[in-house]
Amino acid sequence: MADLNAGDSIPELKVTPDKYLPHRYAGASGDFNPIHIDPEFAKAVGLPSTILHGLYMMGLVARAATDAAGGDPRALKRLSVQFRGMGAPETEIVVSGEVKSVEDGVAVVDVVAAQGENQTIRNAEAEVQI
Amino acid sequence: MTLKTGAVGKEWPASTYEVGKEKIGEYARVVGLDNPVHFDREAARAAGFRDVVAPPMFAVVFSSPAVGPAMFDDEVGMNFAAMVHGGQEFEWGEPACSGDEITTTAKCLDISEKDGKGFYIFETNAVNQNGDQVVRGTWTLIVRGV
Repeated sequence: MADLNAGDSIPELKVTPDKYLPHRYAGASGDFNPIHIDPEFAKAVGLPSTILHGLYMMGLVARAATDAAGGDPRALKRLSVQFRGMGAPETEIVVSGEVKSVEDGVAVVDVVAAQGENQTIRNAEAEVQI
Repeated sequence: MTLKTGAVGKEWPASTYEVGKEKIGEYARVVGLDNPVHFDREAARAAGFRDVVAPPMFAVVFSSPAVGPAMFDDEVGMNFAAMVHGGQEFEWGEPACSGDEITTTAKCLDISEKDGKGFYIFETNAVNQNGDQVVRGTWTLIVRGV
């Protein structure tokens, strides 16, 4: 059982997805949108190059929230996110969060995923059982 | 251009998905999870799961095939070239385990316009072979320049 109190920061999760991570995530998830795996296609539609899947980054947010609650996958009850900045492969992602409230054994955690100043996921809210 | 809102309330036929142990492992490895309950049957059972358990966000694997036909429906009429995934919510119930047969339905909750953007909101609802609620998803897709 995790000891989380309002105002606590959750442990930061830092991940640097390699160049081929979007290919593996496409295979695992079934989302083969070429903006994630084909640099020429991505550039042709105005992107700097391939971008990370938003749902991959949400997967990292889910992982950080689950870890903060002790690691049991049953702990994560609800997760709501907004996708904002685009995520790039080969750049470190930092997932951080702060406990907003704890009530009846459920902690509400505000979470952000960022690459440097670029917040790729913000206004994320996780409910975890503790 | 006026946004078409005729699809609000529309439901699409259910899709079914049988959860496999190796598919769970593949997903878990990609997001960097190393909890043995996602890979090892004995570890999962010892932790109280019926079988190897999927990470919560594995929900996208069996929910996407349900929401796909809704997004591509002409009655919805989304302009994909200008679409971005704006937001996502999942609310979990019974965990999805290897061997489960999960049935997911999709519904259009709302289509609205704000600041020249179209907001399309879909809901997916997944239940397992025992009728247990597995996960409810809310998908917000934003189309620029409507």
